[in-house]
Amino acid sequence: MSERNNAMVEKYRNDFLKEVEANVEEGPWVKMCMQCGVCSGSCPFGPYWEHPPQEIFMMIRAGKRDEVLKSESMWMCTSCYNCIVRCPRELPITHIMHGLANYAHRLGIAPKMNPTRRFAKLFWQNIMKGGRVNELKLSVGLYFMDGFANGVKKGLAMLPVGIGMFKTGRLNPLGLLGGGKCKGAGDIHKMVKKAQEIENRRKGFAS
Amino acid sequence: MADIKIGAYVCKGCGLGERLNTAQLMTVAQREGKAQVVREHEFLCNGAGVAMIRQDIEKEGVNHVVIAACSRRAKTDAFGFEGVAISRVNLREGVIWVQPDTDEVKEITQEMAADYVRMGCAESARMNIPQINPGHGNNKRILVVGGGISGMTSAVEAAKAGYEVLLVEKTAALGGWLAKLHRRVPFHEPYADPIETGMPALLKRIESDKRITVYLNSVVSRTSGAPGQFSIDISKESGGTTTENVGAIIMASGFEPYDVKKLPELGGGKSPDVVDQAGLEQLARAANGAPIRRPSDGREIKSVVFVQCAGQRDETGKNLPYCSGHCCNTSIKQAMYFKDSNPDVDAVVVYTDLRTPGNGEDFYRSAQRKGVIFTKGKVSEVVPGAELQVKFKDLILNDDAVAKADLVVLATGMVANSGVDIDAAGGTPNVEGQDQAAAGDGKVVSILNLTYRQGKDLPMLRYGFNDSHFICFPYETRRTGIYSCGPVRRPMDIVQATEDATGAALKAIQAAENAALGRAAHPRSGDLSFPAFRREGCTQCKRCTVECPFGAIDEDEQRYPLFNESRCRRCGTCMGACPVRVISFENYSVDTVGYQVKAVDVPDQFSEKPRILVLACENDAYPALDMAAMNRIQYSAFARVVPVRCLGSVNTIWINDALTAGYDGVLLMGCQKGENYQCHFVKGSEMAHYRMSKIDDTLKGMSLEVERVRTCEVAITDIQRAPKIINEMAETIQKIGLSPMKF
Amino acid sequence: MAKKEYSFYPGCSSERKASASNYMVSVESMCKTLDVKLNEIPDWNCCGASIGYAEGGELPRHAMNARNIALSEKHNPGQNIVATCAACWLGTKETHERLSGSAQLLADTKEALKEAGLDMDYKGDVEIRHMVEVLIEDFGYEELAKPVVKPLEGIKIAGYVGCQTNRPFGVAGESFENPKYLDKLTEIMGAEPVEKYDQKVTCCGGALAFSEPDKSQAQIKKIIESAYDFGAEMIVTPCPVCQMNVEVYQDQINKKYGTKFHIPVMYYSQLMAVAYGGTAREAGLNGNIVRATRLEEIAARPAKK
Repeated sequence: MSERNNAMVEKYRNDFLKEVEANVEEGPWVKMCMQCGVCSGSCPFGPYWEHPPQEIFMMIRAGKRDEVLKSESMWMCTSCYNCIVRCPRELPITHIMHGLANYAHRLGIAPKMNPTRRFAKLFWQNIMKGGRVNELKLSVGLYFMDGFANGVKKGLAMLPVGIGMFKTGRLNPLGLLGGGKCKGAGDIHKMVKKAQEIENRRKGFAS
Repeated sequence: MADIKIGAYVCKGCGLGERLNTAQLMTVAQREGKAQVVREHEFLCNGAGVAMIRQDIEKEGVNHVVIAACSRRAKTDAFGFEGVAISRVNLREGVIWVQPDTDEVKEITQEMAADYVRMGCAESARMNIPQINPGHGNNKRILVVGGGISGMTSAVEAAKAGYEVLLVEKTAALGGWLAKLHRRVPFHEPYADPIETGMPALLKRIESDKRITVYLNSVVSRTSGAPGQFSIDISKESGGTTTENVGAIIMASGFEPYDVKKLPELGGGKSPDVVDQAGLEQLARAANGAPIRRPSDGREIKSVVFVQCAGQRDETGKNLPYCSGHCCNTSIKQAMYFKDSNPDVDAVVVYTDLRTPGNGEDFYRSAQRKGVIFTKGKVSEVVPGAELQVKFKDLILNDDAVAKADLVVLATGMVANSGVDIDAAGGTPNVEGQDQAAAGDGKVVSILNLTYRQGKDLPMLRYGFNDSHFICFPYETRRTGIYSCGPVRRPMDIVQATEDATGAALKAIQAAENAALGRAAHPRSGDLSFPAFRREGCTQCKRCTVECPFGAIDEDEQRYPLFNESRCRRCGTCMGACPVRVISFENYSVDTVGYQVKAVDVPDQFSEKPRILVLACENDAYPALDMAAMNRIQYSAFARVVPVRCLGSVNTIWINDALTAGYDGVLLMGCQKGENYQCHFVKGSEMAHYRMSKIDDTLKGMSLEVERVRTCEVAITDIQRAPKIINEMAETIQKIGLSPMKF
Repeated sequence: MAKKEYSFYPGCSSERKASASNYMVSVESMCKTLDVKLNEIPDWNCCGASIGYAEGGELPRHAMNARNIALSEKHNPGQNIVATCAACWLGTKETHERLSGSAQLLADTKEALKEAGLDMDYKGDVEIRHMVEVLIEDFGYEELAKPVVKPLEGIKIAGYVGCQTNRPFGVAGESFENPKYLDKLTEIMGAEPVEKYDQKVTCCGGALAFSEPDKSQAQIKKIIESAYDFGAEMIVTPCPVCQMNVEVYQDQINKKYGTKFHIPVMYYSQLMAVAYGGTAREAGLNGNIVRATRLEEIAARPAKK
């Protein structure tokens, strides 16, 4: 994974902005930021970002590659889209943050232990199994992310919630055995694999 | 005048008939006001009412009309009789709308109305019908000083309107700074790229216009006269002077860029590769679309940093304190010069606040799309060298950073070419942290060389720019018939200067046309009265000549005031200044107001009915009181309000007379004075405040409390506050007691 | 009114025994009253949700959504796609917009769809709509009021619109900062909307309620607190994630902050199902962890008229 990263460093040298424009979803918009800071002020998790979006844009232009890509900041995005609708320059900020997170993740330099990164990975694996979400497996997977003991602890803490959901018929206790499956799951696997291939090609990743 | 025939007309409309005893008012007009014709009407401003008055004027020989109805600001068309002296008695806004409709106050409300009728008749008896100024000139040619985009535009616009223009330019060619640009900032769709300057077409337009005469290598070496009759000398550099007559003048003498040598910390004067925006234009013109090369070694420039606000918006007092407005867009344009010829050039604009007025926002976005990098930061130092280092504080990341560059462009500001500072001692520059001759040889050169006693050039407001912000009216200066436009009056870009120049051309035309009719210019546009003085009473004290805000009064050979009526704005500040009261207007004089003051019935000290004289500026305070009335905001029934042209016209004799007559309080309401003045006559309110600062001694001399006289600033928006000030005075009087001066 | 038909994308959470199964139940009841036929897209798949970007990336996500669109066009030709879940709607609509805006992306997506045998079925000429849009635009408030037989009289309800039905697309004619459609829907159902509710578009944390529970619960606390402050006795929402986050963490928040939250969080469709005369079961009221007893009472009453 870090080979990928080295390749990109080599390819773009000092021009991180160009790298972002070429490889990050909606990256070409980064240069259009006018530094008003409305995005940072509008973010529900704003105070938790080490570098709020306004700073991220500035850092990209200033070539602070590692500081941006290794940051936990983008992983704080809740996808509430507040920044998008308020940005006077109409930058698709949410997508850019997603794009940066995804890019860092693919380069293998995103923060390893970031819970949202790990949850996102878990989620994708979950839906890739059968094409749909298996909510029980997803939650159980989430609790056991940090090992068995921790998982039991978290699971117990969440047990009342789970029981509530189960009692009201909103959680399938048999979910661990299966469910959330499309008939065309095989087709979906093939399709997604292809899509990944194409994307890798377009973004200059050797897949 | 011997044959004054006063007709007094009392209106009963708008509730006046129900609230007031109009019959009694008619009696007052007849017995005390000496009106020969007295009539009332149900609805005076309607066709029948107006026809009634008109008939009296035509058949009965009424030549002084007193209209006791609504405010002088209302129904001006209906009551605009020509050829007669008109006094308005404000019974509606001045009385019934500001008093409650209750039985308890019916008596004092009626007394208020009766006093106003007395005052109106007294004023009318002392008024004369203004005659047209006999000394007016008829010249309608327009002189334009300065051949840059502002002056050229003014010339073209005035010529298009059919006026002859003289265009004087000190250098060998027209065009000014615009002609030195490679391209200009776009001023029409799509606001995406720098565009042609358009200068060749404009030059051709001027050359081919028979109405425009161009004087190159020339300066204005003398200006005298007045609107409609200016006399000017145009001197050529090579020698030789032509004398011309013009009706109005437009001063478009433009600006010089702030000297980069004053910014050594930013590399100004330390490296040939640090240039100002004008310097970059020169490089771009030389390259003409090819890659721009740097001055030091002719190498193609691969990286350029633009430093915004270089020596501008400086709070330390070392450099220019103001923003020049155009520089953000200009740097954006110049960054595009680089990106358009080679997208791989690094072009970075370091700014603290990027301001792109108008459609500049689109232009800014276009530059971002082209890859110009905008960095919010404050530059502290530019280190010269083969590779220049721009040290700055990144204001977003709160980081010290360095940008390397082949060339640095400093966005310096505009310094006005406004001539000599006539308010400074000896005419030397006095502007904060800056001298106006920034680009020159240190010698300040007059632009207009006015022969006025007040000085050679237009007065300045701040930072060396001409005072042209004449109460909401741009281009208007304190020298009647002379209009300034473009960056000489405030920093501006080409589009703004073009609009400005067009506006100034219009104002110049108006001034010349008004002068030809013997009428006043703005703000009493159309006023036919003009000041006259009684020579035998004059003590040559010079207060009128000094205090006239418009430099309208010179001195003759015998040191008597010499009124240039066409320069006069009819504010009456001279009248207010005159200690021997020899200055007056036909329809506005020491007597027209003085007799109103005296006409008021002042009850004895046992009546518990005080009297408060309110002298209210007709431009702001009086309308504010009218609007308060429209909102039915009440104020003391003991107030008697007299509108004045300007607080500057208030002669202290009126206050003396009022106090001697037993008034209990006097209020002066004028406009905001000082640097951010709102005074329609610029200095009038300031003069009045100054004069009144000495009233305390007078009061003490009369053994009166100083609280009885108050001078205050009232804006037209002070609808709540103006009545409150009157009520406060009424309370004060209640506290300190009635004046002992009553008979 | 004639029967209306839509191609229906229910989404993962509305599956039987999934977190929003009660939403589905009430939608069915509501649609029955309004004579709406929902034709489920056969074999639909997950939209990738708001968290799918990180591992999934761009094109795989669009491919997933494009597959649903293609399936819809194939099996329910000519019908607009309607989603009940905010994320499903947003994801599908976003893909639809991106693909129509970029020939390259469209070509790449079709290439991927080929692997699922659907490249020929994707045309992209349908609209992607949220159920709320169907109600407001295809029926209108006046029409929606007509079938009300059990007005929800006297219940004060805070309309919690949340994020993804509101931003970035939103409902036409509504503002991002203060959308009013939930209040209007609440009002025509006979209840009393808490119009001053000032957290109506605050984010509940979304998927990050799982990964960043503390930060998300701080958000949820604000959302619930404000509802109480303005006198609401119930919250209504159009989004399954909002519903779940605001409802299920109340006990944990109470423990952490010492609050005493116990407020039902309903779907608009549940209110409508009850007002339209549906039973508690038909309105999915039994699916709420915090029971809406006032609604249950009304559901148990005989209908007016």
